[in-house]
Amino acid sequence: MSDATVSVNPIKRVLSRVDWGYLWYQIKKSPLTLGGGAVVLIVLFLVIFAPVFATHDPNAIDLRARLAAPGWEHFFGTDEVGRDLYSRILYGGRQSVAVGFFVVLVAGFIGTFVGAFAGLIGGRVDVVIMRLMDVVLSVPSLVLIMALAAALGPSLINAAIAIALVRIPIYVRISRGQTLLIREMSFVTAAETFKASKLHILRWHILPNILSPVMVQATLDLGSTILLASALSFIGLGAQQPTAEWGAMVATGRNYILDQWWYSAFPGFAILITATAFNLLGDGIRDILDPKQKAR
Amino acid sequence: MADPVLKIDGLEVLFPGFSGDVHAVNGVDLDVQPGEIVGLVGESGSAKSVTAMTALGLLPAGAFRQSAGTISILGRDVATMSEREMNKLRGGDVAMIFQEPQTALNPTKTIGKQMLRVIELHSNLRGLAARDRAIELLKDMRINDAEEILGRYPFELSGGMRQRILIGMAFACSPKLLVADEPTTALDVTVQRQVLQLLHAKARQTGASVLFISHDLAVISQFCDRIYVMYAGRVVESGPAQKVLGNPQHPYTAALIEALPEDANPGEPLASIPGTVPNLVNPPKGCAFQARCRHAHAACDSRPVLTDVGTKHQAACWLREEISA
Amino acid sequence: MSFLNVIRRRLMFLILVLFGVTVITFTISNLIPGDPARMIAGDRATPEIVQNIREDLGLDKPLPIQYLRYLEGVVQGDFGNSIRTRRPVLEDLRIFFPATLELALTALFFATALGIPLGVASAVWKDKPIDHFVRVIAVTGISTPAFWLGLLVILLFYGNLGWLPSGGRIDPSLEMPTRVTGFLMIDSLLAGDLTAFGSALKHILLPAFTLGFVHLGVVARQVRAAMLEELQQDYIRTAKANGLSRFKVVFTEALPNAMIPSITVLGLALGDLLYGAVLTETVFAWPGMGAYVVNSIQALDFPAVMGFTVVVSLAYVLINLAVDLIYMAVDPRIREVS
Repeated sequence: MSDATVSVNPIKRVLSRVDWGYLWYQIKKSPLTLGGGAVVLIVLFLVIFAPVFATHDPNAIDLRARLAAPGWEHFFGTDEVGRDLYSRILYGGRQSVAVGFFVVLVAGFIGTFVGAFAGLIGGRVDVVIMRLMDVVLSVPSLVLIMALAAALGPSLINAAIAIALVRIPIYVRISRGQTLLIREMSFVTAAETFKASKLHILRWHILPNILSPVMVQATLDLGSTILLASALSFIGLGAQQPTAEWGAMVATGRNYILDQWWYSAFPGFAILITATAFNLLGDGIRDILDPKQKAR
Repeated sequence: MADPVLKIDGLEVLFPGFSGDVHAVNGVDLDVQPGEIVGLVGESGSAKSVTAMTALGLLPAGAFRQSAGTISILGRDVATMSEREMNKLRGGDVAMIFQEPQTALNPTKTIGKQMLRVIELHSNLRGLAARDRAIELLKDMRINDAEEILGRYPFELSGGMRQRILIGMAFACSPKLLVADEPTTALDVTVQRQVLQLLHAKARQTGASVLFISHDLAVISQFCDRIYVMYAGRVVESGPAQKVLGNPQHPYTAALIEALPEDANPGEPLASIPGTVPNLVNPPKGCAFQARCRHAHAACDSRPVLTDVGTKHQAACWLREEISA
Repeated sequence: MSFLNVIRRRLMFLILVLFGVTVITFTISNLIPGDPARMIAGDRATPEIVQNIREDLGLDKPLPIQYLRYLEGVVQGDFGNSIRTRRPVLEDLRIFFPATLELALTALFFATALGIPLGVASAVWKDKPIDHFVRVIAVTGISTPAFWLGLLVILLFYGNLGWLPSGGRIDPSLEMPTRVTGFLMIDSLLAGDLTAFGSALKHILLPAFTLGFVHLGVVARQVRAAMLEELQQDYIRTAKANGLSRFKVVFTEALPNAMIPSITVLGLALGDLLYGAVLTETVFAWPGMGAYVVNSIQALDFPAVMGFTVVVSLAYVLINLAVDLIYMAVDPRIREVS
């Protein structure tokens, strides 16, 4: 470490250039993070290569095999029109995971830029933006999402849009807070004295340093988004028939819960596993990147 | 001669860490005799506090490992003592005060509540009798409005006041050994002197032994009968205060004395010791001070041991051997 | 900071929130393609009837005027009429709110009664098996689809074991106790009707467990974090140096201080439980606001949805106010600064 690198941008070194050796050492020390990360990879793999792992066409109706119990022919049983639940869960995961990434990307991008903008410009613009975010955050988010989804019309993409819109303020807050912090750092003040444009500061100083807290939030959000999207599907505001989607499958399976338990049990379990894995991973990464936790 | 109140033999402590174990304490021998005030001096990171905290079993379990050595307090090996016996000892026969008076008291409990708790735990005094004892302790610490202070919360008091309360608490049950870990470092210079004098007087009056830990040689020199100088987890020099300070035999001690601001001439830069404490993950094979020592030579590549350099005066340095040889 | 200041600040925020909530829900309700007047009138109504309804409801006026009218009503406690039930929204909410509150409070009780001990154990034995166990439980809690967990416990306790009912608040064959508080468990006790109390208790167990399980994790995580924070404070070291036993250090020193920041989380949890009940109530046919709002949303009954949202947001702000006041009462540091 030469003195020159230190004086250029000390924070950049600490926050955004990830020390992989250190990260790996910390992750190894935390079996939960490691486990969560492994399950995330497995789920992504299974879902992306669903056609390879599926045993049946997810939408193939087979009325002779209605509501069949789990067995060799149908690993997780079949639904009321004889569709193979195992294959439907694999394909259904595509919907859930896609919604998760869509929401995180959209809300993350918009929120990060708005927050950095508010923090950088400051003044009245900042106040107005942040008050607006306070108001949105003060409305019960689940109800707001449900109302938005209902108003946009029941479909999975509308549910995703509704969730994304409501998640934006969280990223705005994180990004603005981080921006304010970095603005005060000497290297940014130095850049300003050299008449660096706001855009230059945003691109070269702010954005690289906001990245790690936003990434942590995004990982945590993936879990809760998958959960939310399935909840919307469960009450009929998300994916519609005949699309295979976990929440919607639990909803239909509800009618058969006492006799054909597998119908609801397996798709719900898939939600649980996926959300838990993302949350464990997000938690672990946050603990590692949070200096307050690291001090312990 | 009576048993030493504290005796540490060959203590080694290490902290497991990211890039390997940190060898914080590397074979420390130390003893405190009854009624004696002993100073433990060294830079930050020389493991003075770790040594003392290990002796009293106050390091968080799991974060460290005592890999060698024995510790005995009042003639008893602490390794053989149960958790319950240690609790009886701490706050009773052995007391400790810390560096941070601003945070060392529970912020949501009144001073009175916290003092009574200690008194009732280690003595037969209860209720009003315990309260009287608390007031007496505070008065001894020159706190005049003691009754009123008992009803106050820590955040309402100054740092000096809080440290005096903590010292008073430490003496609550007439300890035979008091471990004071940088008790005045966080205080203003003017308050420092006053608190030190109170501590000194109280110790002499009750006959308690004190192990006084400080990085500040000036404070140590006013206060202690005997001194241990620590560097990188080892004792490098020990002996009676006047001898060690008046005739230092280890270049590190000498450098510490030179760095005292009292000796500086106005207008000249303050003397300091170049370099930093060595990395204790891979401690140097030879003398740990070698890299910063102006007298370093070939012999320093092997480790010097503590040898007598005068009556009750020991130092771990090859320099003396060179000269005498 | 004095009590009065806190109350004033919260009330200012309340006004902001009410304004925001009504604007947002009003905007959303006007996004929907349907025509409320036509929905009220029904399919066979003539254009004249629809037009009359439209004028009655002021739907022919510009949107800002409509909004101001709505706001005027809200301030006077008039949320308009539900399109679905054709009753005043406020009246509907008055009927359904106590059921939801009873469920939310029972769930909160469950979550704290288990969550606090788990959080403490997890912090005290950090990185030990119990810590891993609690952290898995906590993460599982926030990752569990409540609607699915509800179905599973119905399957087990109703379907397989037959111990508990699958839905509703009370056995339909029993007479409802006189409504005093709206909490069935309390009202039945007040009426001295133990059979009704037993039935109400049996009915609330499964939904309260389902709803509470999610927040069990939230509470345990918070208590764990707060305990870890406290346990590394210097005063804990002082307490140990004073000879306090491990047990006393944890329970008389660290825990009371750790509970102070946790109050905020418990308050937030109660707020979350109120609207988190939405899904649980659907699964258990619990006649509360949650089931009401789900039905309203599916029927695009926006007056009802707006009313619900306003009421829950209001409750949210009031809970926060209560939390602030409790905070001041228990923490001498905040209390004395004034």
